[in-house]
Amino acid sequence: MGMSIFLMLGLALVFGTILSVAHRFLHVDEDPRIDTVADMLPGSNCGACGEPGCRAFAEKLVSAAAQPAGCSVSATEQVDEIAAFLGVDAGERVKLVARLHCGGGRGLALNAAEYSGMSTCGAAALVNGGNKACEWGCLGLADCQVACTFDAIQMNERLLPVVHPDLCTACGDCVVACPKDLFTLEPISQPLLVQCKAPTTGEAARAVCTVACDGCGRCVADAGEGVMVMEQGLPVIVQPLLTSRSATFRCPSGAIAWVEGSQFAFEAMEV
Amino acid sequence: MVLIASAPTFSHGVHPADQKARSATEPIGRMPFVREYSVPLRQHIGAASEPIVAVGDIVQRGQLIAKRASFVSTNQHAPVTGRVKAIETRPHPSGVSVRAIVIESDPFSSQQMGASGPRSDQALADSVSDAGIVGMGGAAFPAHVKLSVPEGRTVDTLLMNGCECEPYLTCDHRIMLEHPTAVLEGTAMIQTALGAKASVIGVEQNKSDAADVLRAASKGSVSVAQVAVKYPQGAEKMLIKAVLGREVPVGKLPLDVGVVVHNVGTAFAVHEAVRLGKPLIERVVTVSGPAVSQPRNLWVPIGTPICDLLAFVGLDQLDQYIVISGGPMMGQAQKNLQAPVVKGMSGILVFPAAHQATKEYPCIRCGRCLDACPMFLNPTRLWLLTRNRDIEALNQHHVQACFECGSCSYVCPSHIPLVHAIRMGKKLVREAQV
Repeated sequence: MGMSIFLMLGLALVFGTILSVAHRFLHVDEDPRIDTVADMLPGSNCGACGEPGCRAFAEKLVSAAAQPAGCSVSATEQVDEIAAFLGVDAGERVKLVARLHCGGGRGLALNAAEYSGMSTCGAAALVNGGNKACEWGCLGLADCQVACTFDAIQMNERLLPVVHPDLCTACGDCVVACPKDLFTLEPISQPLLVQCKAPTTGEAARAVCTVACDGCGRCVADAGEGVMVMEQGLPVIVQPLLTSRSATFRCPSGAIAWVEGSQFAFEAMEV
Repeated sequence: MVLIASAPTFSHGVHPADQKARSATEPIGRMPFVREYSVPLRQHIGAASEPIVAVGDIVQRGQLIAKRASFVSTNQHAPVTGRVKAIETRPHPSGVSVRAIVIESDPFSSQQMGASGPRSDQALADSVSDAGIVGMGGAAFPAHVKLSVPEGRTVDTLLMNGCECEPYLTCDHRIMLEHPTAVLEGTAMIQTALGAKASVIGVEQNKSDAADVLRAASKGSVSVAQVAVKYPQGAEKMLIKAVLGREVPVGKLPLDVGVVVHNVGTAFAVHEAVRLGKPLIERVVTVSGPAVSQPRNLWVPIGTPICDLLAFVGLDQLDQYIVISGGPMMGQAQKNLQAPVVKGMSGILVFPAAHQATKEYPCIRCGRCLDACPMFLNPTRLWLLTRNRDIEALNQHHVQACFECGSCSYVCPSHIPLVHAIRMGKKLVREAQV
């Protein structure tokens, strides 16, 4: 009994000595500001800044390899606070929001078949590209809603994802989750949006979806010189058009939308 | 009492009702020419072909219209004499539209093939590549790739796949019955090209008439092995196990055990290409299923819209049916019947829409899917892991070894779409690797 107590105390003494010596000579000085900045960041580890997590971003901030505005989750006040604490420029902050390039929800776009199976968009897309007649359209099985860490996406009655602009932090999880690659991150200050990804034109496009872009090109003609171009049956916005709605006026289907705030609404709909 | 020696086979697998009698007895017919053909530039595994014709060009039946873009790719030929109407994105049986050469057929043409003699003067792989031949069993892997043995490797046995284990399909059966000498000559050509010492044709026992015909025609030059009737006997790894007793390790190819497997339909196409100089512009398609009143096999030009093919066998009002391309076990449901017949399409099956999917129930851990899986995987575990998106564990459970035969879904008493989930899991793993 006494023997073992002495043995354990002896071991503790030996290892304690080794540890204290190691602490003395192998000490790494870490900038204490990293901890402080990491605490000021939202801690959601969403990866929108391009770093693996909030602490990695804090390290970049302290070493001046990134700007506080790179965090799209923090509110403007938080960003300013971090900038003031570090004594750096906050950087330019562009509020991005996830936008869906499809408006063909239930009742607007035709279904070519019935789908039964795993209730995820990814699985549905594996079966002949999903049940929609338009193979580019939103499948409406909410993979984006599941992927969103910030509860910013809810499916509406038309089975289209409603992205709440205040909650959306532009982390990009929905962009990755969508098997049809329908989401992009757009500046919220840019209201002009092409809500269709189908390269089909004319009757082929109109036959499957009432809100499809049929490639008529009126928006390109109306938008003014150099604002939009037609590429593969779809208009592409070349330079942001911030004030004039002219491009949307003659769109026959509403595929060219002027979106301020939330892209889709929750609507009462008879099913 | 009669004792029947059991035929060689593999472990596990399932026994679906084969439904072949409906179309096996009728000789192969011919689908008449229709107004418009759409030849997709991607009908095969590998890179899309590059068109060498322009809109407005007049093309002859059998003329080269698109060249292979890389080694793993194929040539495409005009299935019909006519005018190139468009080169544009068109529906494809895979559900993903691809660029296609649309040819409007000339109603006054005799549809004779352009002049091209036999091509026995060049290497077989070149002739086969020129003719645009792909594996005719369904996967549509460019055939010339499997005709050249990589350096330092040897092939001792060429195994010809005449199993046709999918229910309903009888196109390979009819080809073996009607063209045994062509199949055998094609086999001999492939064997010479590979430098294989022997070739064996594996035929399921429900096609013993075809086996007898082949045996009689071969006069002993090729051995014909009868294997048990079981699904998926026609999967190449299963066939190798049954006929040669060799097991292809997970993640390896038949070449790693000294074997190359080709389909009997491919042998026939190779023979046509070499002896007659005929490119792959048509194939035998089984049109069957409960909704088809007279199931049969037809020579169908590549690019024929599926709806035209169904109209020819007397089906209209197509929104009342479920249409599947390929066999019922591995085939794909079609939603757009404007999609054309492609080189790898062995069958078109039509079911009444009442054949709806049954309700899914929870897994009761009965383990039937484990007993069915020919790859000895654990389908129910893979299903769970896919739902949990556990990519590391999916890899540990060899999800990539699944070749999607559908045996697990077939036996599941809870009607869980297991193979669907596993396909999803394979996709998750692939995406994570990028």
